[in-house]
Amino acid sequence: MSYLLEVRDLVAGYGNFRALSNVSIVVNEGETVAVVGANGAGKTTMLRAILGQVQVHGGSIWFRGEDVATVSTSRRVQQGITLVPEGRHIFPSLTVRENLLIGGHARRSGPWTVEKVVQTFPLLEPLLDRSAAKLSGGEQQALAIGRALMSNPSLLLFDEVSLGLAPVVVKQLYATLPEVTRQGTTAVVVEQDIHQAIAMSTRVYCLLEGRVSLSALSSEINKEKLTEAYFGAKV
Amino acid sequence: MNWGNALIQGILLGGLYAIFATGLSLAFGVMRFVNLAHGDLAILAGYLTLSTATTAGVSHSVAIILVVVIMALIGFLGQRILFNRTIGPDPLSGILCSFGLGVVIQNVLLERYSATDRFLDAGKIETDSFQLNDSISVGIFPLLTFAFAVLLLGVLQIFLSRTRLGRAFRATADDPRTAQLMGINDKQIYGLAMAIAFATVGVAGYFLGARETFAPSSGPSQLLFGFEAVVIGGLGSLWGTLVGGIVLGVSQTLGNQLSVGLNLLVGHIVFLLVLTFRPKGLFGTGVRS
Repeated sequence: MSYLLEVRDLVAGYGNFRALSNVSIVVNEGETVAVVGANGAGKTTMLRAILGQVQVHGGSIWFRGEDVATVSTSRRVQQGITLVPEGRHIFPSLTVRENLLIGGHARRSGPWTVEKVVQTFPLLEPLLDRSAAKLSGGEQQALAIGRALMSNPSLLLFDEVSLGLAPVVVKQLYATLPEVTRQGTTAVVVEQDIHQAIAMSTRVYCLLEGRVSLSALSSEINKEKLTEAYFGAKV
Repeated sequence: MNWGNALIQGILLGGLYAIFATGLSLAFGVMRFVNLAHGDLAILAGYLTLSTATTAGVSHSVAIILVVVIMALIGFLGQRILFNRTIGPDPLSGILCSFGLGVVIQNVLLERYSATDRFLDAGKIETDSFQLNDSISVGIFPLLTFAFAVLLLGVLQIFLSRTRLGRAFRATADDPRTAQLMGINDKQIYGLAMAIAFATVGVAGYFLGARETFAPSSGPSQLLFGFEAVVIGGLGSLWGTLVGGIVLGVSQTLGNQLSVGLNLLVGHIVFLLVLTFRPKGLFGTGVRS
């Protein structure tokens, strides 16, 4: 079977430190995959490695049947993978509109335009010509997601979207996820809120100390199995 | 010379300093790269103009067009091959690398052209001038230099604010790692930014060479004026660079008006005052954390 993304025996880290050891995950086209795990489990490292921003020491990363492990980050984005980074990382010297336009720098064709993003995130409409540095946390997160969508990605990686935001704002942001997948984008969501992650995904991976400790369909997960995978021991 | 004339001459001199400082400002603004070879590159452009004019049998004013293209190419390749390897959290390696490049340029120029002072010939406009009134005379060449500075900064401003590539420059300046996630090749952006910086320093070398004589060792003093203009105007601010150049130029000419020979000292004092009381410069946004 051909997967949209297949990570095989991935070993990655920073300098001599191996943050990931033999991690293997697969993502099918059209599904939403959740990745959960405690702080330091390697979730962000895995997303950054998929995009080529962390040094890979072994294993392979296949996207649409092509090994992209040695391809530059910008090229991977042009091929259809992108990331909503943890901490938003909006460009403060650009306006909201310019942030969205720069998201479309790769010039991939697809349904996402500034108008479509604003339609999905109406809170951005009155802010379009405002400096992005002056947005609230929730507005910045909506902008970060909208900016990523502007590249019309086939695979969108979300890294801790809920971090530092009020629950009501998180709920509003995740309410847009079905629209994103309906437009043909497959999602991988790294999330600290396990209940939220399971509720919106079709499949869940749990990472523990840089290894995959659980791989299961969301519908088949039970609390005991997840707790053991999350903490590494029965609690 | 009276005070009004000194003021006008200072403003026009500021145009030359602004052209010098534009490349420094751009390299720092986009890459946080402090290029200590900047002054030597201007002098290199001056000598390349001399050689190109002799080889091709054209005037210096025509030769500079080719030299600007050559300088842009050197800048692009230099960034891709050399300077990109030094960009990182520690700016010291880039500073040392450019310092070394400056030393190499000075020695190569000394070997090739000797220490004799040279100058560029811009034609009759070098000495042409018109009278504003009985006491104020405006030189055509300094006026053209100033006009070119305004034009250069205006074009760069439009490029950065209105074009797709300009947006990519600004995004990369803000956060290169996140810019990669937009599909931007940051290394390529750095190469293009340095190509523009080298092209502008090439132009600066021409205007300098037509204004005064130069020698292989002239670069460091020109670098100092460029730095002072950038710091006074504000790091990374394009229009601040023009204002910084004007402030420096006016300080020097007014200093000279105060007492002949005080020009450089007054310029340096104004620079130090700005650095002390407004370290971000008049229009600066500060250094990215």
